[in-house]
Amino acid sequence: MVKNTLNVGSISEGFVLDHIEAGRSMDIYKYLHLDKLDCCVAIIKNAKSSKMGKKDIIKIECPIDFMDLDILGFIDHNITVNIIENEKIVEKKQLRLPKEIKNVIRCKNPRCITSIEQGLDHVFVLTDEENQIYRCKYCEEKYRRRR
Amino acid sequence: MRHLMSPLDFSVEELDTLLDLAQDIEAHPEKYAHACEGKKLATLFYEPSTRTRLSHEAAMLNLGGSVMGFASSDSSSASKGESVADTIRVISCYADICAMRHPKEGAPMVACQHSTIPVINAGDGGHQHPTQTLTDLLTIRNLKGRLCNMTIGLCGDLKFGRTVHSLINALVRYEGIRFILISPEELRLPEYIRHDVLDRNNIPYEEVVRLEDALPQLDILYMTRVQKERFFNEEDYVRMKDFYILDKAKMKLAPEDMYVLHPLPRVNEISVEVDDDPRAAYFRQAQYGVYVRMALILTLLDIHVD
Repeated sequence: MVKNTLNVGSISEGFVLDHIEAGRSMDIYKYLHLDKLDCCVAIIKNAKSSKMGKKDIIKIECPIDFMDLDILGFIDHNITVNIIENEKIVEKKQLRLPKEIKNVIRCKNPRCITSIEQGLDHVFVLTDEENQIYRCKYCEEKYRRRR
Repeated sequence: MRHLMSPLDFSVEELDTLLDLAQDIEAHPEKYAHACEGKKLATLFYEPSTRTRLSHEAAMLNLGGSVMGFASSDSSSASKGESVADTIRVISCYADICAMRHPKEGAPMVACQHSTIPVINAGDGGHQHPTQTLTDLLTIRNLKGRLCNMTIGLCGDLKFGRTVHSLINALVRYEGIRFILISPEELRLPEYIRHDVLDRNNIPYEEVVRLEDALPQLDILYMTRVQKERFFNEEDYVRMKDFYILDKAKMKLAPEDMYVLHPLPRVNEISVEVDDDPRAAYFRQAQYGVYVRMALILTLLDIHVD
């Protein structure tokens, strides 16, 4: 038996999200609503990485048209998205900042209508691509990233 | 169908057409006296306002239309917990156009997503107040004969003052505009307007604390009230409310052709002794507010008068 080795098998169809900043895989799990998917998901935390030191990886076994990964561009555009078919990488998806994000982040402005209006989507719009600035569609409050 | 959410909803050319129409209404009111006969304006005011609501209502009445609505959330279904989306769906069945004021920012935007009639944003929290901006633009254009090549002083609560935010957004589209931002440190213009609007459009501006320093340079002085309802803390409000008071002595520092504007109501920031100064234009501004809202109602209802 080899010590300190953890093997997660390959997938036949789906996605491998690589180079996730160590510790952020559960955020992505949540943003992509992976808990609601009835398919095999593997989360690897703190894997060794020559580039990053430590990284997280998520493997998702599902039909490739099953998921909208645009939100990953908002979370961290450095994540590598490998699209897998027949156990082979068929495409490395380039991540871009989505123009609009719906119900992923919430407006923190207590004066915003989203704080009281029932059933209203929380929508943020990319207003400055260069500086990666998103603003609430309703009150224009700037979204401040945690990091 | 068009709504008015922000002053930027109209292009500069469309704005010119709207202001021309307002001027024609001022010159020939009788021509427009029956233009909206049979049309109804609903004024949905979830927070108290005297002049904005009455100004919209006066505009519709001057056009021969009729008005209905409520003047506070207590007298609307909002007090029973009705959403903005549901309210506007219902009002769309009763009226041809509506003006909405709401304490929550973005509420009129929610309304226009569900409305089948044009929605006018009549002020949403500290966010936008586009009809005041149209009023301000018409006033400046009528008094100065232009909207370009001017130094505009904005004084008072530049942090929460939505009229100031909207006016800046509208004026940066004209050539040769320069701002002097006069406020206490605590009420400075928000960073997102300084950065995203002024810096991005290369608009020259300076920030000063003393009104006296700015006055000699100005073509327009736009005074604002420190608004109690925007403060979470009473102590901060009390400390800020009388920071600026424009009086006769200060007016001596201003050029002869500088005009004083104020969105009203004023409290202490303009002394009543200034009212008789020919440069005090804030009551004329209120009159222009009716003309420009008449022009807006006609434009949004797509009614043309020959």
